[in-house]
Amino acid sequence: MLSQIVSALGVVVVAVFACSAYFYFSNKILDLALPVKDGDIRAASRNLNRRALIRPWLFIGPALFLLIVYLVYPVVATFILSFYDRAGLQFVGLANYKWAIGDREFRQSIFNNILWLAVVPAACTFFGLVIAVMTDRIWWGNIAKSIVFMPMAISFVGASVIWKFIYEYRGGNDVQIGLLNAIVQTFGGTPEVWISIPFWNNFFLMVILIWIQTGFAMVILSAALRGIPEETIEAAVIDGANGWQIFWRIMVPQVWGSIAVVWTTITILVLKVFDIVLTMTNGQWQTMVLANLMFDWMFRGGGDSGRSAVIAIIIMLAVTPIMVWNVRRANRELKGH
Amino acid sequence: MTAAGSYFKIGPARLFVHAAVLLIVIIWLIPTLGIFVSALRDKDQIVVSGWWTAFVGSTQTVAVRLGTPDQQQQEGAAYVISGNVLEGQTGRSVKAFGNRVQQPAAYKAGETADLGDGETLQINSDGSYRYMKNAAFSPDQRPRRIYASVSAPPEFTMQNYNTVLTGEGIGQSFINSLTVTIPATIIPILIAAFAAYALSWMEFPGRGLLIALVVGLIVVPLQMSLIPLLRLYNEIGGMLGQPSKTYPGIWLAHTAFGMPLAIYLLRAYIAGLPKEIIESARVDGASDFEIFVRIVLPLSFPALASFAIFQFLWVWNDLLVAMVFLGTDKDHLVLTGSLNALLGSRGGNWEILTASAFVTIIVPLLVFFGLQRYLVRGLLAGSVKGG
Repeated sequence: MLSQIVSALGVVVVAVFACSAYFYFSNKILDLALPVKDGDIRAASRNLNRRALIRPWLFIGPALFLLIVYLVYPVVATFILSFYDRAGLQFVGLANYKWAIGDREFRQSIFNNILWLAVVPAACTFFGLVIAVMTDRIWWGNIAKSIVFMPMAISFVGASVIWKFIYEYRGGNDVQIGLLNAIVQTFGGTPEVWISIPFWNNFFLMVILIWIQTGFAMVILSAALRGIPEETIEAAVIDGANGWQIFWRIMVPQVWGSIAVVWTTITILVLKVFDIVLTMTNGQWQTMVLANLMFDWMFRGGGDSGRSAVIAIIIMLAVTPIMVWNVRRANRELKGH
Repeated sequence: MTAAGSYFKIGPARLFVHAAVLLIVIIWLIPTLGIFVSALRDKDQIVVSGWWTAFVGSTQTVAVRLGTPDQQQQEGAAYVISGNVLEGQTGRSVKAFGNRVQQPAAYKAGETADLGDGETLQINSDGSYRYMKNAAFSPDQRPRRIYASVSAPPEFTMQNYNTVLTGEGIGQSFINSLTVTIPATIIPILIAAFAAYALSWMEFPGRGLLIALVVGLIVVPLQMSLIPLLRLYNEIGGMLGQPSKTYPGIWLAHTAFGMPLAIYLLRAYIAGLPKEIIESARVDGASDFEIFVRIVLPLSFPALASFAIFQFLWVWNDLLVAMVFLGTDKDHLVLTGSLNALLGSRGGNWEILTASAFVTIIVPLLVFFGLQRYLVRGLLAGSVKGG
């Protein structure tokens, strides 16, 4: 067992060494291949120019290779596979897309994904903003922030176990050991198997993601709130604005850009949500979402790469507007520098 | 405390903020606390009482058999069997007892119960009992079964951890997770840092396009990559006569999937380094390689640390990539995969699930609390820009 760790550490050493060696020697070879001698000024300047042309690609090479093999090529390949049959051999045109439109499970997944998209980003942003505003004005705010931020470090699977324990249901006359059912019982209600109640169970799963992601929203928005010039708020106070007005009319508009960033980041996360549904229900009781359906079809009945690819394409399409927005924003920033 | 807080100086509003934040903190903390506490509880106690009662002890109903007739002793006209229902158990006490299963707590401890047929039974809270009859107990009589409601003090045990680490394969999975995570965290840093330097400080055609590509790739869903890569891995594995699911395979996959964010984060930082330092080094005749290694790399430590934490948390907590590229046999199953499997096979065994969950989340939590500063800095660099 320990030898496994040692070999992993060995890999790290070898890999770091190999990377460094690649960068070092590729640069050295370039310098040797295109020498800059004192004698011939024209040749020297020509070689210098060539070096400057080639060297960046030596630096970027390994990263670019990985990006192309693991991200660019697969996007193209998945697109092509979506027009092929289950084994990826026979061209079938739009058959997989037609299947998707008619498939009940697929439509259920789309519906659930929209539900997730409508609830989770909004809830995280709202709670994040409110918590950020409140923790900024108490002395133990940083401790509170740490605690709200903490679930960020917990895996979705771990979080699912944590919440499954809260939703736990015991039949018959057994004592309810799940917190939710115990609370319901205390207030005179009847314990339920929460995660198997169609439609509403989606919300019980969403709670997990909200619990995890609110901390992220809080951190980003808290930093943005600190960036609001104090004079702005002081002026509002002098003008007699109350706390409510200051929050909605001064603070929220000032951090609008950050709200957009938080919202889009969580939206992308929601579109990819997989672990929570897999571990909580595995898509049963009408909780299926696209990412899980896609994974399911990758292996269902030996795997159907065509159908699976179609579902992946749908997720990709949903992400695309945000991607375009991000790229344009980054370009603007680049020109601003 | 910023000046922004000044309009909340008045008492009741301020108190409300304290109360609201306290409530939020409690709500956020309780789910995790439930796991931590339950993992330390006795597995029999977990199922009979909620974890929130763990600190006040629990009351459980136990069935006990009294002594056999051959232990009887004559006291005057009566015959007595005596003993202790809590034999060998320390710290526990009897709250009540009864002779019928329907009413296991019919009599309080210390009371004398009339069981009919001239039999009486007295059980004290320390467990000692006197079972009396006005005639001799028949030697054929089976030992009598009675019920007692016993209160047990809070009991905590490390037994569950023992069970999961050795019996349930969590120990091996922990090692597997480390094996995946260490290289997959460190390798991308170096590769991304070189790329980030080139994208910040070297002029070449297509630079803007590459930056746009990196930004675009940050949000490409993993799902797009799975099918073609799985095919590619199978083909390469077949060509080399090797299994397709290997550690080097997942190291490369994680390295590549982390690359866009790594380049983006590091570029944002490296591009912000003071121009004068790099220019003056160039004037002094330093090559780009030297500038990178001697100046940029040491100065970028905070950004490198931020990304390392991100990547560590993401790889350690990942389930999907591990399921697809590493498989689920014993030597390859990572912690998240293990936990997922246990949810299926040990769905009701909360002592196993909670202890396993604790083992799974403790490492990232330690990293989180130890290096929170860098994590926050990374988050802000990664998303607040242009906000």
